[in-house]
Amino acid sequence: MTLAQIAFFILSVLALLSGILMITRRNVVHSVIWLIVSLFSVAGIFLLLEAEFLFAVQIILYVGGIMVLFLFAVMLVNVEASLKEARFNRQWGLALGTSLLLLVELAYGVYSARHGFRIVQASVAAGSANNTQLIGSALYGNYMLPVEIASILLLVAMVGAVIMTKRRLY
Amino acid sequence: MIPTDWFLLLGAGLFTIGVIGVLTRRNVLVILMSIELILNAVNINLVAFSHYLRSVDGQIFAIFVITDAAAEAAIGLGLIIALFRNKETVNADEIDLLKW
Repeated sequence: MTLAQIAFFILSVLALLSGILMITRRNVVHSVIWLIVSLFSVAGIFLLLEAEFLFAVQIILYVGGIMVLFLFAVMLVNVEASLKEARFNRQWGLALGTSLLLLVELAYGVYSARHGFRIVQASVAAGSANNTQLIGSALYGNYMLPVEIASILLLVAMVGAVIMTKRRLY
Repeated sequence: MIPTDWFLLLGAGLFTIGVIGVLTRRNVLVILMSIELILNAVNINLVAFSHYLRSVDGQIFAIFVITDAAAEAAIGLGLIIALFRNKETVNADEIDLLKW
């Protein structure tokens, strides 16, 4: 077992465990903290996949942006009231069984196709453009229109968030 | 060298945890966070295939998914705050105004 595989096991166990802790904690603030741990582990997985730019984006945007937004919202709504209520709804047994069935199905699908994935390819040749450079030229080349559409989406989201949190519209 | 199917299994596991969170929790905020976990599982799959195919396109898609997640978090949290202001609850079982 190589060092990269050991790192993968540590990171994936951390991601899955903190994910499970995230959906089972009673206190929502603890859930947010465990989700942050899970997102950090996923960032490490991106690093293992040689996606350095996404590693940085994951930490800056997800952990630094979205999760802080979540913490703000958790602080704004009443945390104490939800501490006394039941965590899970009535259908949790059925939902758990169905989801585990889904997991078995997905795992079987990946397992039966595993021989297609074993081809070890050579790493990117040294001297070629690095990850950030490749992403930059792809975003401003082939993906010009999707980038513009995404910017409009973010603008709409920004205006929508402002409108929805306003007490009165005029 | 890590086989690609390990990453796919990790993505499947994270996806299932997210689905369990969406289906079983009563707190709307935790449901929204579970959706973020599902989007992360999708990102792992996209980046794993991008690595496998030696193409940067999967990472571009992951960036767009992160953009969507940011927009979704902003809108969703705005909705939750507006909901809490009107109904004084974040419990999904009590938000049944449209239920007949």
